[in-house]
Amino acid sequence: MRASALKLFRIRGGVHPEGRKQDTCDQPIRELPLPPLLRIPLQQHIGAPAQPEVRRGDHVLKGQLLATSQGLISAPVHAPTSGVIKSIGKFPAPHASGLPIRTITLEPDGEDRWIDLDPQATPLYLEPDDIAKRVAAAGIVGMGGATFPSAVKLGLRERFALHTLVINAAECEPYLTCDDRLMRERAHEIIDGIRITLHGLQVNKALVAIENNKPEAIAAMAEAAHAFDEISIVAVPVRYPMGSEKHLVQTLTGKETPARALTADIGIVVHNVATVRAIGEAVRFGRPLISRVVTVGGGAVREPGNLLVPIGTPVEVLIEACGGLCEEPAKLLSGGPMMGQPLPEQRVPIVKGTSGILALTTAEVASKPTMPCIRCASCVDVCPCGLLPLEMANRARNADLQGAADFGLMDCVSCGSCSYVCPAHIPLVQYFNYAKGALMEQQRAKHKQEETKRLAAARAERMERIAAAKREAMAKRKAEMAAKKAREAEAAQAAEADDAAAEPTDAPNSKLAEPQVGT
Amino acid sequence: MSQGDLRAGPFTHEKSSIARTMSLVMLALLPATAFGLYQFGWPALFLWLATIGAAVATEAACLRIAGKPVRPFVLDGSALLTAWLLAMTLPPWAPWWIGAVGGVVAILIGKQVFGGLGQNLFNPAMVARVVLLISFPLEMTTWVSPKPLFSAEAPDFLSALAITFGGGFNIDSMSSASILGHVKTELGRSVDLAGALAGSYDPMGLLVGTVPGSMGETSALLLLCGGLFLLAMRIISWHIPLAMLGSLALCASVFNLIDPAHYPNALYHVLSGGALLGAFFIATDPVTSPVTVRGQLLFGALLGLLVYVIRTWAAFPEGVAFAVMLANGLTPLIDHYLRPRIYGRTRKGQPISYAETQEGGNG
Amino acid sequence: MLAAVASLSVLGITLGTVLGYAARYLKVEGNPLEAEIEEMLPGSQCGQCGYPGCSPAATALVAGEAPVTLCPPGGQPLALELADKLGVTADLSTLEEKRPMIAYVREDLCIGCTRCFKRCPTDAIIGSSKQIHAVIGDACTGCEKCVDACPTECVEMRPIPQTLQHWYWPKPAIAA
Repeated sequence: MRASALKLFRIRGGVHPEGRKQDTCDQPIRELPLPPLLRIPLQQHIGAPAQPEVRRGDHVLKGQLLATSQGLISAPVHAPTSGVIKSIGKFPAPHASGLPIRTITLEPDGEDRWIDLDPQATPLYLEPDDIAKRVAAAGIVGMGGATFPSAVKLGLRERFALHTLVINAAECEPYLTCDDRLMRERAHEIIDGIRITLHGLQVNKALVAIENNKPEAIAAMAEAAHAFDEISIVAVPVRYPMGSEKHLVQTLTGKETPARALTADIGIVVHNVATVRAIGEAVRFGRPLISRVVTVGGGAVREPGNLLVPIGTPVEVLIEACGGLCEEPAKLLSGGPMMGQPLPEQRVPIVKGTSGILALTTAEVASKPTMPCIRCASCVDVCPCGLLPLEMANRARNADLQGAADFGLMDCVSCGSCSYVCPAHIPLVQYFNYAKGALMEQQRAKHKQEETKRLAAARAERMERIAAAKREAMAKRKAEMAAKKAREAEAAQAAEADDAAAEPTDAPNSKLAEPQVGT
Repeated sequence: MSQGDLRAGPFTHEKSSIARTMSLVMLALLPATAFGLYQFGWPALFLWLATIGAAVATEAACLRIAGKPVRPFVLDGSALLTAWLLAMTLPPWAPWWIGAVGGVVAILIGKQVFGGLGQNLFNPAMVARVVLLISFPLEMTTWVSPKPLFSAEAPDFLSALAITFGGGFNIDSMSSASILGHVKTELGRSVDLAGALAGSYDPMGLLVGTVPGSMGETSALLLLCGGLFLLAMRIISWHIPLAMLGSLALCASVFNLIDPAHYPNALYHVLSGGALLGAFFIATDPVTSPVTVRGQLLFGALLGLLVYVIRTWAAFPEGVAFAVMLANGLTPLIDHYLRPRIYGRTRKGQPISYAETQEGGNG
Repeated sequence: MLAAVASLSVLGITLGTVLGYAARYLKVEGNPLEAEIEEMLPGSQCGQCGYPGCSPAATALVAGEAPVTLCPPGGQPLALELADKLGVTADLSTLEEKRPMIAYVREDLCIGCTRCFKRCPTDAIIGSSKQIHAVIGDACTGCEKCVDACPTECVEMRPIPQTLQHWYWPKPAIAA
């Protein structure tokens, strides 16, 4: 149902970047033909990387398990199509550093044959725990970009008193329209996923938050949710970062998530709209997460559009499918322009959290040389977290990391609003990311130092013990030797005495009256 | 891709830049300046040019000495703006060296020795004005009444050159007191307010800009328009101007109610002297004012109070320059104690807790 | 003028006496700074600093005989911390831009002589007589004692590999 009566609250700060969605918002989702090779990283999620279950040369079917999750916070990886495993090794990650990551290379055989699935005709009659298990087995992670394993979020109901499921369909980043198109074209699947997730969380209220620059999506979702009273479609104001889950929850309920806590602490679980559709598909049809919608955009792409892409497709294939590049891009990004990651090259693959591939021109990037900070406080005005970005950046620049932390660095969500408005074009978010990383490194170094001390002390103590035991043994042997020597000496003396007694002696002073018998 | 040239997002930006900010402030000052130049003629123009020239030259020289890149900093317009504001507060017919010394002091001592753009503690234009006021009291307190360009009384081009670059003007015949100076002197001679204001207080004149004073002290209306333009363009926020003018008006009204014979009313204080220029253009200097909303309100309120106190009881008729410098000194303290509340935390910095059972907000 | 001379003299004498008493009766025995500095050092007694252990090194640091950059396993972060504690400026130019290294045993050359693990101050090498040895990377501090001990020169120092887990954004280059 359409909840127009829901009272909304304001978030602090925030910016209004140009939407730039007009090139792709009316492009229907196109299915991409299979590329010649798929590169599937073993870590596409927050947590421990998955462990491969297949070997080089194995033939796999579509949806087959390729790698198992490791530990509580992890997710498995499945084959996006049928084919042969060409290799399991290091390949550049779709990450700004360009560092390699363990990747399975799969060569599709063109048949696209599914493995036997385990569908559930009546998912709402499943036990909630079973739903979580199926979601975990399907490898579903947060598809808005955070890639947190969704099954772990479903498990939050055991630790927290939950009352609302919020579906994050804000899509506040410029250029991105993948969630918009998904809602317009697959609204019923999304609603099905929401109902299943509600059952899995044992919660009976869902709020689907859509920014009001997507009227068609709002209408489509309202129509699909028409029959279900527990699902409300809410139009939220257009403001970046509305898609930040803490701020979305604040808009909907007026409550702030306590610092260093989860939204679950105030009874709310947030899922991205694409994630919840994937949950529905996994539970009802048994299909694991092996493809996603990606927006290809930016001024350097000839024909921007929205593509349905198998996980592991190299970025260059997507760009080719959109007419190729019409000029050399100033930046190639994964995600949106505000929080997206620059990609090192075009060979890197699409992963579960890739919502967009943007090839931006110099004019679109609009960067200027950095000038000194003039303390204009524009950054303070727009920070949605109530921080003082200029002070934190100042301290980070001068290696006063603890000072930056004192100003609230760990409460920063790195949304980029401050950098967006800074007239001096200071790369504020980079300072914060650097400072956060350096602080973590310091913590690791400190931990290592403490452990080194512990190990060295333990070793020293062990050596001491060994030395002490040696000394004891030596002392014992010495004592034994001394005693033995004493006995031998006595025996020798006794023998002498015998000899002396056997010969006549005119030793008038001989004190020996009787021969001593040696012991 | 080497680690050195790795740049993080965001990869989009709004249209702002330092040069744009400075240009917009100068645009806002243009009407009042143009009118002031018209009112005071060629000498005012020469003084204005001398101040700006000295400041920009000093900036270039300092940057060269410091080994910093000269072009981007000179072209960002900050030195130009500082000198422009300083020129607005000088007596329009002052000799050229007043402007030149002022420009050099403003940039060299007021800005560059602190480390350049964004590092100074005190407003450079006010530093220069105070230095000039204390060092050259005669030249800095010799005002003239407006002699509009092309009118009969205005000096022509050559006489103007003589006034600014030559020996100055005939002080006895041409000088007039600004309203603040006049009233202070009269009150000091135990003439009551009514007598002091009679014949010289002209609120309409103050508003339009036909009274003696510096260029920035005259046309209140044009300055107000400029200030509102800056507010509309989001270059400044309303907190400091409103707090300062509000505080000034409040103090004036309170004392005026208590003793109307000796304390002028709020309108007098707000319209005369550098109150409007200070409120919209000088106190709002981003480098020397607090960064938070509460801090800015406190700063503005303090400024208004200080301006009133100095004008009423201190030795100088006009208090804006001193008040701004005093308040600038307090800015780091204000910034240290008045910080915004962080999302998810209480004012004290502890994570917030919803201890009571949840009403569930919207459900 | 006499009054000025007299008053300043009295002030000087009084304050000097107070300071003298304080120096005598309020003196702090020993130097707790040494213990604190020793706490900050790695504690593996590797000897790379040239002193026979971390305790003599701490003493030398407090006495000002050793530079704060003396500890290679501690590297730059430690040098900065020590400089901060001792109130001196760290001359980081003497620190080689050496990436932190950990030991690695070439298994094809190892003969299982046990000499290396006996010398390791943190027990980072596992193995036994006639069995191949291996280095536990997390426990290795890079002191290089094992490298010298190995008769077949099969222990080499390798830079700690940069992983995606620990990578972070570099500090932005200052443009202006």
